[in-house]
Order: sequence, then structure tokens, then C-alpha cells
Amino acid sequence: MTRLLAIGTEKGLFLATHDGGGWDVQPLQFNVKSVYAVAIDTRGGTPRILVGASSAHWGPSVAISSDLGKTWEEPDDPAITFPDDTGAAVENVWQLTPGPADRPEVVYAGTQPSALFRSDDGGRSFSLVRGLWDHPHRTTWEPGGGGQAIHTILPDPRDDARMVVAMSTGGVYRTTDGGTNWAPGNAGIKAVHVPDPFPEYGQCVHKVARDGADPDRFYAQVHHGVYRSDDGAASWESIAEPLPGDFGFPIVAHPSRPGTIWNFPMIADMDRYPADHRCRVYRSRDAGSSWEALENGLPATPFYPSVLRDAMCVDGGDPAGVYFGAKSGEVFASLDEGDSWETVAAHLPAVLCVRAAVI
Amino acid sequence: MGAVILLPGVLRADAGDEARLSVAAPGTVRDVLAEIADRWPRLAKRLRDEQGGLRRYVNLYVDGEECRRMSGLETPVPDGAEIQIIPSVAGG
Repeated sequence: MTRLLAIGTEKGLFLATHDGGGWDVQPLQFNVKSVYAVAIDTRGGTPRILVGASSAHWGPSVAISSDLGKTWEEPDDPAITFPDDTGAAVENVWQLTPGPADRPEVVYAGTQPSALFRSDDGGRSFSLVRGLWDHPHRTTWEPGGGGQAIHTILPDPRDDARMVVAMSTGGVYRTTDGGTNWAPGNAGIKAVHVPDPFPEYGQCVHKVARDGADPDRFYAQVHHGVYRSDDGAASWESIAEPLPGDFGFPIVAHPSRPGTIWNFPMIADMDRYPADHRCRVYRSRDAGSSWEALENGLPATPFYPSVLRDAMCVDGGDPAGVYFGAKSGEVFASLDEGDSWETVAAHLPAVLCVRAAVI
Repeated sequence: MGAVILLPGVLRADAGDEARLSVAAPGTVRDVLAEIADRWPRLAKRLRDEQGGLRRYVNLYVDGEECRRMSGLETPVPDGAEIQIIPSVAGG
């Protein structure tokens, strides 16, 4: 079994593999480009890596490798562009998400400014999903600290017409008709940055994950709040109480086991450090009713860096591999679902995203 | 005649490894970017976004003057002009 880990950083991409021994981290690629989005697409016979890389000078681009990163394909024309009539331009690609298993040509992209794009040619070209762009709420969505972007795209594994997306700020939106109509799905999520604590939309949702076994169950890490939805991301209840902090960015779900999730709690938005200044991942095996701290193999000294929203992931293994990277450039892996951890890499640029797969 | 574009090293791979490109002139910076888009599309997407705007950290000098200090995309490019494309100071 080989595990492939893609690490997107503020200044380039690193690929690492694990064949049963240690981790082999390959040299830097995408020199000085911010890699906010990576997808490892295992739906076809040969794994493909899709990268959303952005140069401060030369703009965003999407590149695809079909040989595990040895070579990259980038179309001459930009893969993702807004139509002329929108007057908008892609600032960054925040998310690349493979579509349903039986539609290997379908890939979704989330961008800054907040928009959803769909590709029907494996990620070589994308079209704007008009229904979300034309939503009457869009002009009132506000940028969070990282920008105003669609950072979460969760296609329904049962039905290509159903999908959940999320953004900061704006919150959660759902479609059941292939993207023509979208409804906000934020009931129960508290907003701490506006006078109304429970608005219909506008919440600062940092990341959403879908349960690996129950497609109608979701988990959300919010700007002060951790929540679970049991009704398809329509309404939410808090699962933050047992945690040492309700602030944080990532939340990920086990690829197949119900109710198993991980996050990285921080103290508060005005005190943005890991809870208790310790490097600890928290895991729940009962859908958020109880949590346990995981720190075996993680740094024991005080730890201050953030772990960003896409800088934690799981692979499809059993047991699942769990991975996270910090803004300090350290990357950690657990091949036993969080019971023990090892350092994959250190001294990298700030880690923006990680994605992993068993290949 | 026409105008000559001088490319920084980091962009030459997007223009057939050429350091100097010849384009039609007289015209405007907008015309030059349009010709680049036709002939070297990969280079064009580095320089401007899909709405045609020059990217924030791309500086384009026409005979030594940055186009934003003149008329932006409507800056005249006279016959015989030298256009330098220079990345601005940005990043960390």
C-alpha cells in the first residue's frame, strides 16, 4: 500500500509518499506559487493530482498531473474564468473537488470571489454555476479574514444534483437540482460578528465535512462553534461543549466509519492559538457527543501555529490516515486514525492545504 | 515597424523561450495585450485577468513610463516603442 500526501503551501507544492517505511518528501514544485487547493482524484485507473496554484504576480492557474507529479499539464487558456458579463475575475482557486465516483470527468472548483465552477472534462476547463452566482444573497456575502471564497464543496455521493457548499462569510448553501437553486442551510449556527446571532445566512463557516457513512450528516467548524447536522445541512446543533475551545478552522470525517471526526481546537478568534498552547488533534467517535485529545508523537513543547481550514485531511485507508500541516511549516501524519503521530516534514512554507490518498 | 516587448526571464517559457517579442504598432497597450492573447495565450493569462485588466503586480513600461501613470490600457504605443514587462515588488 502506498499513501500519497500532497502538501500545498504559501510558496509551492510538496508531494510525499509512504510505502510502509518512512515518508519520502519530494522536492518543491510550483515555485513561489500559493497552493490553496489540491485534489487527488482516484476515480480513474491512474490517480490524477489537480493543483490550484496562484502567483502574486501572474495570477491563478490549474495544473493536472497524471504521473504522480512528474509532469504537469496546464492549458494555454485559463481553466477557470468568469464570463464577461459578470465583470468578475478569479483571484484564487480555493477548492478542487472530484465529482461523483461514476462521473470521473466531473470536477468542481471553488473560487475567490465566492463562486462555484463545474468541469466536465476532468478539470481542464470549467463553467460557472450560474445559480449560485446569481443568488440574491451573493452581493451581501462578506470576505472573511482569508478572503471571500467557496472553500467547501461536498457533492452528494448518491445524487449528482445534490450538493453542499460553504464560505466565509456567507455560510452553508445547498442545492438539490444540480445548482440551479440554492437554499441557505445555517439554522442553529451562531454568528458572533453581526448583531443578529442567528441570521438566515452570513455565518462565518470555516469548514464543513460530510459523514463517511451517512450522507445526510455533516459537521461544521465555525468561527466560534462546532456543529453537527443530521438533516442534510439544513439545521445544526452544537457539539463543541466537550472541546477545550470552539474556535478553529479544519474539520474532517472518516472516509467510511460513521460518526468519526477530527478537528484542531483553538482558543478564540482574539486569541488564535491552539487550545492550551498544545499541539493536539481532537477526535470524536460518536458524532461529536464526546471528544478525546490525541497528542502521542506530536510536539510536547508549547505550540502556537494555526492549522488552516484545508490543512487537515484523511485518506481512504483502513485504518484511515489522518494528516495536518501548520502555518509553521510542519506536517504531521497518523496512520492509525490519530492514536500516534509522526512528523512528515518541517521547515516548509506555511501549509495551506493537505490532501492524501491510498494509491 | 512595430514595437518590441522585453520579457523577464520568468515569463519567457510562456512565449516560446523568447526574450523579445515583436508586435504591431502604433496602437495602445490594450491592443498589444490583445495581440499577445492571440499569439501567446499562455503569456497573456499571466499578464491580465479574464476581464482584460492588467494584473496588480505586473508593471508594463512604454518607453520607460509605467502605463498606469499614463492612460492605463489606453496608453499609446508608438511605432518603434520598447515595452518592458517587469514584476513589481511583492510577496514575502
